[in-house]
Amino acid sequence: MARAHAQTRTPKVPVRDQTRIQGEAQPKKKRPRRFYDYSLLFTIIFLTVFGLIMIYSSSYYNAQVNGQPPSYYMVRQAQIAFAGFVMMLVISKMNYHFFARFTIPAIVVSYVCMLLVNFTSLGIEVNGKKRWLGTRSLRIQPAELVKVTVILVLAVMITKLGKKINEWRVWGMLAALIGPLALLVTANNLSSGIIIVGIAFVMMFVACKRKWPFVLTAALIAAVILFAEPVALALEQVGILHEYQLERILVWKEPEAYAQDGGFQVLQGLYAIGSGGLLGKGLGQSIQKLSFLPEPQNDMIFAIICEELGLFGAVSVILIFLFMLYRFMVIAGNAPDLFGALLVVGVMAHIAIQVVLNIAVVTNVIPNTGITLPFISYGGTSVLFLMIEMGMVLSVSNQIRLES
Amino acid sequence: MAMALFLARHKRKILTAALILALMLAGLCGQLGYLMIFRSEHYSERAKELHERERTIKAARGEIRDRNGTVIAANRTVCTVSVIHSQVSEPEKVIGALCAELGLPQEEVKKKVEKRSSREIIKTNVAKETGDRIRSYGLSGIKVDEDYKRYYPYGSMASKVLGFTGADNQGIIGLEVMYESVLKGTDGTLLTPADARGIELEDAGEERIEPVPGNTLTVSLDVNIQKYAEQAAYQVMEQKGAKAVSIIIMDPRNGEIYAMVNAPEFDLNDPFSLTRDTAPWEAAEEPENAEALAGIGAPETAEALAGQEAQENADGSAEAGVQAALNQMWRNRCINDTYEPGSTFKIITAAAGLEQGAVSLTDRFFCPGFRIVEDRRIRCHKTGGHGSETFLEGAMNSCNPVFIDVGQRLGAEAFYHYFEQFGLLEKTGIDLPGEAATIMHKKENIGLVELATISFGQSFQITPIQLITTASSIINGGNRITPHLGLSISKSDGSSYKKLEYPVRSGIVSKETSASMRYILEQVVAEGSGKKAAVAGFRIGGKTATSEKLPRSLKKYISSFIGFAPADDPQVIALITIDEPVGVYYGGTIAAPVIGDIFKNILPYLEIQFQEGCD
Repeated sequence: MARAHAQTRTPKVPVRDQTRIQGEAQPKKKRPRRFYDYSLLFTIIFLTVFGLIMIYSSSYYNAQVNGQPPSYYMVRQAQIAFAGFVMMLVISKMNYHFFARFTIPAIVVSYVCMLLVNFTSLGIEVNGKKRWLGTRSLRIQPAELVKVTVILVLAVMITKLGKKINEWRVWGMLAALIGPLALLVTANNLSSGIIIVGIAFVMMFVACKRKWPFVLTAALIAAVILFAEPVALALEQVGILHEYQLERILVWKEPEAYAQDGGFQVLQGLYAIGSGGLLGKGLGQSIQKLSFLPEPQNDMIFAIICEELGLFGAVSVILIFLFMLYRFMVIAGNAPDLFGALLVVGVMAHIAIQVVLNIAVVTNVIPNTGITLPFISYGGTSVLFLMIEMGMVLSVSNQIRLES
Repeated sequence: MAMALFLARHKRKILTAALILALMLAGLCGQLGYLMIFRSEHYSERAKELHERERTIKAARGEIRDRNGTVIAANRTVCTVSVIHSQVSEPEKVIGALCAELGLPQEEVKKKVEKRSSREIIKTNVAKETGDRIRSYGLSGIKVDEDYKRYYPYGSMASKVLGFTGADNQGIIGLEVMYESVLKGTDGTLLTPADARGIELEDAGEERIEPVPGNTLTVSLDVNIQKYAEQAAYQVMEQKGAKAVSIIIMDPRNGEIYAMVNAPEFDLNDPFSLTRDTAPWEAAEEPENAEALAGIGAPETAEALAGQEAQENADGSAEAGVQAALNQMWRNRCINDTYEPGSTFKIITAAAGLEQGAVSLTDRFFCPGFRIVEDRRIRCHKTGGHGSETFLEGAMNSCNPVFIDVGQRLGAEAFYHYFEQFGLLEKTGIDLPGEAATIMHKKENIGLVELATISFGQSFQITPIQLITTASSIINGGNRITPHLGLSISKSDGSSYKKLEYPVRSGIVSKETSASMRYILEQVVAEGSGKKAAVAGFRIGGKTATSEKLPRSLKKYISSFIGFAPADDPQVIALITIDEPVGVYYGGTIAAPVIGDIFKNILPYLEIQFQEGCD
């Protein structure tokens, strides 16, 4: 591997760094012992299987109502998850520097897909949102691809730019590269747009010397959440926000007042969470999933977890995500080079932001916007690309050389 | 190309970013704790409300029993057949079974079965046997719910007294309305968890609040007396071609009503079908139809439209007409209608005169066949006049001039005072709805002529129940009793018992006056106009009447007789009114024998002592 690595070396790879670590670790051994994060691997397996159980529990009733076998959703998800898992294992055994080669194709494919979704008839509208590409039976959400692309592009660019990353000019250049992509996503999928910007935000925060723009932005976001209602009304007046987005914000503030309109889903979610109590009703015992909560296997699956497994179950799930976060942090901190670290940071940002946003939506801390819970919610594209990302992280972990 | 170094700064920042994200997750755990511990109760309750489907379990309505405990209003189990669309697996079979068992047209059932609704009622009030048969098909999606329906085992007996219930088992007329709150009971509820489309969940625990059945009402009616009186009423109605016959039989000592007949009665188990002279509007509709049919051939659509409109109007008025006819059919003439009592009212005039001391039994009067009051010549029913007679003889003869004289001696002031004292001007307070009030002259408007006509029961109107109650009060020793039907209320399981009390006002006439009145009225039956009510072996008192209906020119009459027994210690009093008899219409001739016949049969039944020496 080491030889192969040397041969496929590209200018992007910080050779000096690597040799330094190598030299310090095991100068004599030809095949140094490598790390592989089995804790993370186990966590991924656990979350995916737990997700499958929850998908079955929350969807079997509606599946039957729709005239399908009760395990319809679970089986579909399991098939894709298994395929993704194999992909993950393959990717995790590759040298992550190899991924840098896909940077330009990834950007091109992302742009093409997003343009196709937004501006051609290949884009499929589901529930009023044009988010899908392909045919009715076989379709993907390109937004998931864009997330991976952004992680990869930023990691490559930041590593390539070195100290120049602190220049304003470079910031502008990066914004010009990724900005249009993020806008294309946001056009029909606000939440994915937010996640893409969030990933970029965290990666830039880690890479740059400057701190104040990030602190300022964070303060601004906090202020927006606090004063959301007047701000949203103003934005809608100017025409930046769509009316449906404004409505969501009003509903968010008082879901019980809008129970018949947009508040329905959130309110049903709150009923589910509230009726869970400390220990929950028991696995499979949710009543809210019986057509009260629309598509309970999707964005609102966490509410069903709360209802069936109670506060203990819900907090346990959060703890597992926290453990995952911890593993990302450890891998990133010990990554052989900045490129690897940034890849892991990007994935960490992606997962963490998505979990935070999903639970925040379900618990009505922020307005309702469709975000899936990673590994657990039903969604083929999502689980496929998550597995790819996990493969990247495991690949980085596999490049860590163990000291004797 | 500058190479980026992986510096300690980067690692610090990775740590910072991870920590901030972890803090956010921790914060969300806090929000979850708030929702799931502190708001749990609120949301659980709201969710439960949302999930539970409430169904009513109908409470059985309380029974009505007669004084001997015979059930005269009961409940029958009936079924409501409905279809739950989403559970129907074999629609063809379901439609077939429902059509066959319920006798409904195929299209109607098909439409209901195929309608996408959570529950569609196919038919209510289905007999239990039919419901059981439908259940035995074992088809999924058909629901047969049991329910109660009022059932009257004696059909039309005392129909206008008992009343009946409507679609929601609520009382519509009679005792059923009056004792609604007693009989009704409290519906129970069945709370079943259901999914968002209203489908009840199996295995989910249901909460049941048991219904409380209504209380049992025991009334003073006696089925045997009621039936016998009804038979007698129908007989005389038929014989005399009368429009209607009413009979009230009561205990004069306490006001308990043994029987209240209003022939023609109607079928309580089918109260919405008109019994007789089926509505003239039905006939009126036919020519309309014929016209409309003829209109089809005509090219002018306007004409056809006009015809249609006319028919709709006819339908509308027909509906109103049916309702009016039903209301007429349901009327309890004994208490809802007033009439001029005629000579039976002489009981009151006599009692007032005796009580005031204005007349005594031996006072002599002279009847030339008429009396001139102011400028009016008021005739006696005996054209030639009764000649010289005592007050007792005048009463026995039902001689108008004698009573005119008594009235004149009393004067308007005193007479009116006695009306008030006897309770004639108020309602009797009977426990039946819609009692009509007395229609009487105002005191200041009673001139000599009015006084004279009142004296023998004309120019004002009272209800039969008012007359029998006032007469009872005069002959029972002077106690103004409240006529009533309800005797007691008990729980359906017999766990509690409440006797109903009614007000009694004593001393409306003295005991002596009461005794004199009993004596006078006994003589009326023994030797006077009420001879035909006499029953061998019993002392009967009574008074006949023949009232001319308004307008007098029509020559329509109400014949009546009020009688009681035993004359010296009245235990039963009866009043019959025959509305518009054809042919002989004298109360003494056609009404008195009916009461005599009833007494002959019910006095032994009531265990009233046969007295030797009475003829």
